[in-house]
Amino acid sequence: MLIGKPSDIKPSEITPRDLYLGRRSFLAGAGALGLGAAFPAAAAPLTFTKSPLSTTGETLTPLKDITTYNNYYEFGTDKADPAKHAGKLKTTPWTVKIDGEVEKPADYALEDLLKPVALEERIYRLRCVEGWSMVIPWVGFPLSEVIKRAGPTSKAKFVEFTTLADKDQMWGLSLPYLAWPYREGLRMDEAMHPLTILAVGLYGETLPNQNGAPLRLVVPWKYGFKYAKSIVRIRFTETQPATAWNMANPEEYGFYSNVNPAVDHPRWSQARERRIGEFSRRPTLMFNGYADQVSSLYFGMDLKKYY
Amino acid sequence: MTWPSRRRLVWLAVFIACLLPFASLVWAFFTDGLGSDPVETLIRSTGDWGIRFLVGGLMITPLRQIGWSAPARFRRMIGLYAFFYVCLHLTTYLVIDQGLDMPSIVGDILKRPYITIGMLAFVLLVPLAATSTAAMVRRLGGKRWIALHRLVYPIGMLAVAHYYLLVKADITWPLIYGTILAIGFAWRLKELARRRRQIVGANVARP
Repeated sequence: MLIGKPSDIKPSEITPRDLYLGRRSFLAGAGALGLGAAFPAAAAPLTFTKSPLSTTGETLTPLKDITTYNNYYEFGTDKADPAKHAGKLKTTPWTVKIDGEVEKPADYALEDLLKPVALEERIYRLRCVEGWSMVIPWVGFPLSEVIKRAGPTSKAKFVEFTTLADKDQMWGLSLPYLAWPYREGLRMDEAMHPLTILAVGLYGETLPNQNGAPLRLVVPWKYGFKYAKSIVRIRFTETQPATAWNMANPEEYGFYSNVNPAVDHPRWSQARERRIGEFSRRPTLMFNGYADQVSSLYFGMDLKKYY
Repeated sequence: MTWPSRRRLVWLAVFIACLLPFASLVWAFFTDGLGSDPVETLIRSTGDWGIRFLVGGLMITPLRQIGWSAPARFRRMIGLYAFFYVCLHLTTYLVIDQGLDMPSIVGDILKRPYITIGMLAFVLLVPLAATSTAAMVRRLGGKRWIALHRLVYPIGMLAVAHYYLLVKADITWPLIYGTILAIGFAWRLKELARRRRQIVGANVARP
């Protein structure tokens, strides 16, 4: 019979009260740490105007999806990793080196870089090379403003963007998949295009770390991996710079990487995409729907060859 | 009232345990727990469970030979669960991801090596699932049945290749499954060679 069976645990074996309470406070501490990781540096509201260059007629992707479904390999390869681990990233103070083929190479404190610019909200579609897409209300300013101020020389034909690579803050740098630091690049005319922006926020507040805080590139007609995150260096070059995914797999990820439903990834079709929040796929648009504004940049180019 | 035997209860427990991944996916589906891209999550996790049961099932024989024979009686169940999760995996891709768009699906199968390989693995798996009953073993005859079910080795390799070919960069899991399979195959070849030697030895010893 089970009922009434005397306990065979001696009082001396029961965890002492103070130890037990100590364990509770330890757990509470761990909980607080966990929360800290989930909600890093509080997002600060930004002052901005609404840009006429914003994409209209699209439903915005919820903030939760934009901030929890990320490719940021410096914080791990799983889509949920960046939101878990990017809280460690320290974004103040932040310095951006601008060098290469420019008249005034210099290290800029982020505040100084932002001082002369007027922030605007740009709603853009984002299409990932993996076949999914979002609609994101970025807050930023045209990259061309930074370029004009830096004064590129006549030799400057390309712009290279470098992401921070700090092993103490980014555990993913120990993964061997990409040649760190993450680098991306644009042709000068692409970089100067009015749709190309440097973003410092989304949904009206400063960028969450997992989205590339404090400064990231946004080029809406290209696949998302071109949008260099947490930029520490902008370099002007005469020759086409080497870029991270292109180095990792040149047949699959070209330098241009324009969104193009007619040019498939060697392993999967790019004809359709799944908008986050929807079930079935929808057709992918040429240049991600920005063909009217950007197709002239590629006039006469074989986009199958220059993928 | 008669209680079911302990053996029967263990069988039932294993049967239910193997259904838990499916149950948790259904639960997550209805409670908005599948993340930002639920379709991708469904395809990935049903595929994961398919390959886990497949690779796990292929480990049963080597495990028995090194002395752990308990899982052996669940071999058919494990195999059928692999088929069950693979069917869910394929259905999610065909119906939800592709919306049964036949030209697009046929294009995928012809043009995308990982989809070609995945479909081939599925097609090969069908006769194995169909002949899994005791009646089918009798109808085919033991030898022929065993020969047919050796297909599970190439299926295992195709499944790992399918997985390996679709990942963008992080090949950790395909490599883990591939390594487990390779160890299992190496063990089988070793066992085969050992048994051959024994038979040869027995023949020589015969007067």
